[in-house]
Amino acid sequence: MENVSKEKLVQMLERMWLIRHFEVRVMEVHAAGEFTGAAHPYIGEEAVAVGACAALEDTDYIAGNHRSHGHPLAKGGSVKRAMAELYGRVDGYCKGKGGSMHLADFSIGILGESGIVASSVPVATGAALAAKIRGEDFVSMVFFGDGASNQGACHESMNLAALWSLPVIFLCENNQFAVTTSYHDSVSVEHISDRAAAYNMPGVLVDGQDAVAMYEATREAVARGRAGEGPTLIEALTYRYEEHSLGLGRVRRGEYRTQGQIDEWRERDPIDVLEHTLTTQGILTREECDAISKAKADEVDEAVEFARNSPYPEPEELYDDMWADPIPLP
Amino acid sequence: MASTAIYVEAINQAIMEEMERDQSVFIMGEDIRRSVYGATAGLLDKYGENRVLDTPLSENGFFGAAIGASLVGMRPIVETLTSFMWVAMDQLVSQAAKMRYMFGGQATLPVVYRATMFYGGGSAAHHSDRSYPMFMNMPGFKILVPATPRDAKGLLKTAIRDNDPCIVFEDGTLGGATGEVEEGDAALVPFGVADVPRSGSDVTVVAIAGAVPMALRAAEELEEDGVSVEVIDPRTLVPLDKSTILESVAKTGRLVIADPAHKVCSAASEIASIVSQEGFWDLQAPIMKVAAEQVHIPYTPVLERLVYPSSEKIADAVRVTLED
Repeated sequence: MENVSKEKLVQMLERMWLIRHFEVRVMEVHAAGEFTGAAHPYIGEEAVAVGACAALEDTDYIAGNHRSHGHPLAKGGSVKRAMAELYGRVDGYCKGKGGSMHLADFSIGILGESGIVASSVPVATGAALAAKIRGEDFVSMVFFGDGASNQGACHESMNLAALWSLPVIFLCENNQFAVTTSYHDSVSVEHISDRAAAYNMPGVLVDGQDAVAMYEATREAVARGRAGEGPTLIEALTYRYEEHSLGLGRVRRGEYRTQGQIDEWRERDPIDVLEHTLTTQGILTREECDAISKAKADEVDEAVEFARNSPYPEPEELYDDMWADPIPLP
Repeated sequence: MASTAIYVEAINQAIMEEMERDQSVFIMGEDIRRSVYGATAGLLDKYGENRVLDTPLSENGFFGAAIGASLVGMRPIVETLTSFMWVAMDQLVSQAAKMRYMFGGQATLPVVYRATMFYGGGSAAHHSDRSYPMFMNMPGFKILVPATPRDAKGLLKTAIRDNDPCIVFEDGTLGGATGEVEEGDAALVPFGVADVPRSGSDVTVVAIAGAVPMALRAAEELEEDGVSVEVIDPRTLVPLDKSTILESVAKTGRLVIADPAHKVCSAASEIASIVSQEGFWDLQAPIMKVAAEQVHIPYTPVLERLVYPSSEKIADAVRVTLED
């Protein structure tokens, strides 16, 4: 904590509020039918991506998963372009071709979110391989969930990364459930971070509701990576407040968690935790925290207006972006 | 300067020349440092462990790592066998094929997968795949099927310099085929330009990969009967040079397609579909497909040889198109 600058802490709070307001607005406008398609709210997990990305530079890379809005916003992505993408508009990050689950901004190292669970883990490992081959000191970080931790892609990548000492940070966001299945019912070890031992790399269990703890753990992993000491597995214990995806509550049959459990986690809301730290340490006042929240809510409102006013792509754009070196249509 | 090389040496030359030319090119795969298949011989000594990577048996992992490396400026070559591609289908399909489009053109993936097809030699169902039609069905791959040492070298060199995911289906039945190869830029073979290894006027035979020498043998045999066969080797299936095929059919009016892959939803099916739609009024006979039987590859040679095209089957099909 002593080693974390005030500027960094305030930026973390700003980005957490940005994500929170973004997700709340997404839920509202999605319910109002302003756009369709799947979206997976990150509410409750903001400290994980924000704390972790605070330890990265723009020249470092991230890749993520279907719970996809928090990661790019945490790395400094444009809220307007993210929102416009959800609206399927030309000003979206992917010109409306990717949608919620495929936000990406290659200009600041966001190599894209993936709708297939664990599928971006090998990709992020490969970015780290490039760092090693070229002798450069950038690192690569991949966000994946407790469900993904059971995929072969994850285990193959961890073995490769440890074998080759690649600068990759495997960041497991353990939000307790893969859709409705508790990780206690799908993971053979007590903690997912315990699996690091099988690949001869450090495994770190972190309070994922505490942005500062996430930042400090990630900073250490990044330093290892840059020093050529190989990968780290970080397991962030966190919680998904909302359903797996928007609208799932309307079709799901059968409960998988109690209101009591949700309330218990909400008592340690990640934004409350950081604001408590900042106010008790005299870094920000209550009023300053509220002003940050308000500013970020306004920024999200502006993004919604931006998205609404952005045009849809033209029909002739259907075939654009297939190829870097174009070939004739079949 | 031209020299003579066998197919697998031509592949080796392409890799050597491109690794020499561009520091961002590296190669990874299983047992490539000791080159169990010959195509990577000598690379380790010349380019070192950093650019010649022996991988664990983790296709999904390292196929995906190649994608990630390509996204940040490397030009990976991955060596594999077609049958191991199934293990890595998630990375191939969900990532390599879709990433650029899905991300609105932000991603550039100059990655080459070299997949050898070992079929026809008693390898049985798990090691005899000719899987290019399945990848043709998935937008996002450039698909190359070289049938000669010249094209094995030239198409691979072009693929390494290309900025999109390419899959080179190297035909194991042609591994010892001999031919002339060029050096350096003179060796480059463009995508989407078919080769016409034999001109003729009565029947067009479009032959793919290992079926090309079979079609040429059939053409020689048919010439003795006074039948003039034009043989077309598309060389790349994506992109496909359909104008060379359509122009030939306009001349001959008859089309046979010889394809070592399974015949349902195949490259042969696609070519037949294009010609029946765009060259219908030139046709004087039904299009004949000579493709692999829709059955798994049996181990025993007496059954296996029944599955694939052969020069006899191709010649028979040509004769059918000439029946009144």
